[in-house]
Amino acid sequence: MALSAEDVREILRIIDESDLAELQIETEGFSLYVRKGGGDAGGSGRPRARSVSQSAEVGRPPRAPEPAGSQPTGEDERDGLVTIPAPMLGTFYRAEAPGKPPFVEVGRQVEPDTIVCIIEVMKMMNSVPAGVAGTIAEVVADNAELVEYGEPLFRVEPA
Amino acid sequence: MKRIHRVFVANRGEIALRIVNACEGLGLETVVGTSDVDRDGLAARRADRAVCIGPAPAAQSYLRDDLVVQAALGTECDAIHPGYGFLAESPKLAHRARENGLVFVGPPAEVIELSGDKLTAREEAALAGVPILPGEEVEHGPQAKLAAERIGYPLLVKAAGGGGGRGIKLARDAGELDALLSLARSEAGAAFGDERVYLERFIAAARHVEVQIAADTRDAVVHLGERDCSVQRRYQKVIEEAPAPALEPATRDAITQAAVRFARAIGYQNLGTVEFVLDAESGDFYFLEINCRIQVEHPVTEAVTGRDLVALQLQIADGEPLGFTQDEVTIDGHAIECRLNAEDVAHGFMPSPGTLSLFSVPDSSQLRVDTHLFPGAVIPPYYDSLMAKLIVRADDRDAAIDVLLDALEDVDVEGVETNRMLLISVLGHDDFRRGAVTTDWLERAIV
Repeated sequence: MALSAEDVREILRIIDESDLAELQIETEGFSLYVRKGGGDAGGSGRPRARSVSQSAEVGRPPRAPEPAGSQPTGEDERDGLVTIPAPMLGTFYRAEAPGKPPFVEVGRQVEPDTIVCIIEVMKMMNSVPAGVAGTIAEVVADNAELVEYGEPLFRVEPA
Repeated sequence: MKRIHRVFVANRGEIALRIVNACEGLGLETVVGTSDVDRDGLAARRADRAVCIGPAPAAQSYLRDDLVVQAALGTECDAIHPGYGFLAESPKLAHRARENGLVFVGPPAEVIELSGDKLTAREEAALAGVPILPGEEVEHGPQAKLAAERIGYPLLVKAAGGGGGRGIKLARDAGELDALLSLARSEAGAAFGDERVYLERFIAAARHVEVQIAADTRDAVVHLGERDCSVQRRYQKVIEEAPAPALEPATRDAITQAAVRFARAIGYQNLGTVEFVLDAESGDFYFLEINCRIQVEHPVTEAVTGRDLVALQLQIADGEPLGFTQDEVTIDGHAIECRLNAEDVAHGFMPSPGTLSLFSVPDSSQLRVDTHLFPGAVIPPYYDSLMAKLIVRADDRDAAIDVLLDALEDVDVEGVETNRMLLISVLGHDDFRRGAVTTDWLERAIV
């Protein structure tokens, strides 16, 4: 991918005007890492791999930054617990069917592929894996209620 | 028997806010379904509740009829208002809503389906005695060539599943038609899931005139006058006005009657717009399509008729009668709307998303501004670039142009590029001032 001085200025302008603290772009034969302000904004020192690689394609508008806290991340929170967010909007079910035991209870050990609940969208049952290894510390969402996209379902003490 | 108490707003931006306000005026509760990046939007804040239905890309949120209906049910809404764009003309959403006991604020799914097939809509128009342009469906080269000879060049190649200015190509001769036909078919297949295309006679000096109709569920159909939306770029409207300037009274009567006749013929319900192409030279008009939604430009009709069209949609959807007759519809003064877009006119009208470090529009009794934006608001790159609609009403067209020009001078935006200067130069142009420009005028004027 040929990058002109104009493209570089444009990228810098986009970063400058955005809330992004850092940006990493990797495409075939090209990689760019920029951090704003020179300080260690993230406190981690390593570039997190945010998927912004497509934004450097010529002719496509730049992607705006996600507002802080709105993206389901599952990252560590203050108390060291990890959240399992709803991967989609729908009705949250803790068990396969009424009367059946819940997929997980507090204290249950889970692996990333352990099914923790079902989210129903228009009669379609979607199994939700934990996505993380650890112990269920809290069931946040209410059974048979609507959960929004990204809403916390469980909190997990990571292994 | 009132069925609607809580309305699910399945849209974003200025129209979501517009619907929330209309509901508020009718004493209805609102739930706005947002994507992840619109959680903090003005519509979400103003509504009684907001739920995040999915991530930013529209295909994973605003275009998912299953998520919309699930969210509406889960928040105990009784109706879904789809706004414009996204799922507004999706028969699937209308069907699914009905199956789940929800009122869809729009025409029945069957009518949306019929209207979405531009070939069927043409046939229905012809049956209803509404003039259509010579045209026919074509599949392959030799057959298309024969059809084209019957229709005459230049002609338009249109996607049967298109509409709203999408899926249209111009062929000036047999060579061009040959070159673009198979491309047009595969593009139509990819964009609309329907490969069918048809040829239609092209009118060089064309005006876009559309008629606002309203039909209740008890067989009453009226029109609320016409709008002229001839200032377009790539079939997308930039400036709209009501009434259409320099329209012969006989033409106005004929075109509005044709729209009502067509709406009646297809069993239309709720608000809709019948679009026509008007030959600027002969004064003849021809049916283009019917739009089963509230239009972006509905405020100019509201301004000259004094009626709240979104409230009317909700009342009709709730089974109420229109409550007025054709004779009670009066057109008072002249209204013009312009669309302020976040786009970089100098660089091919590239969308210009970003954060608004400054956003200020004038406050005047003659000006209505429909916008979801405020200083500090973010215009995400995922959706259309409409920032605000500025609408003025004055006693006559000249006065309306003057007020709108003054208003645009006082619009202050920083943080994104806008088309403000383009709007000013159009409104200030002699051709526009004289009235009745044609649909190709803007693109010729800005080159």
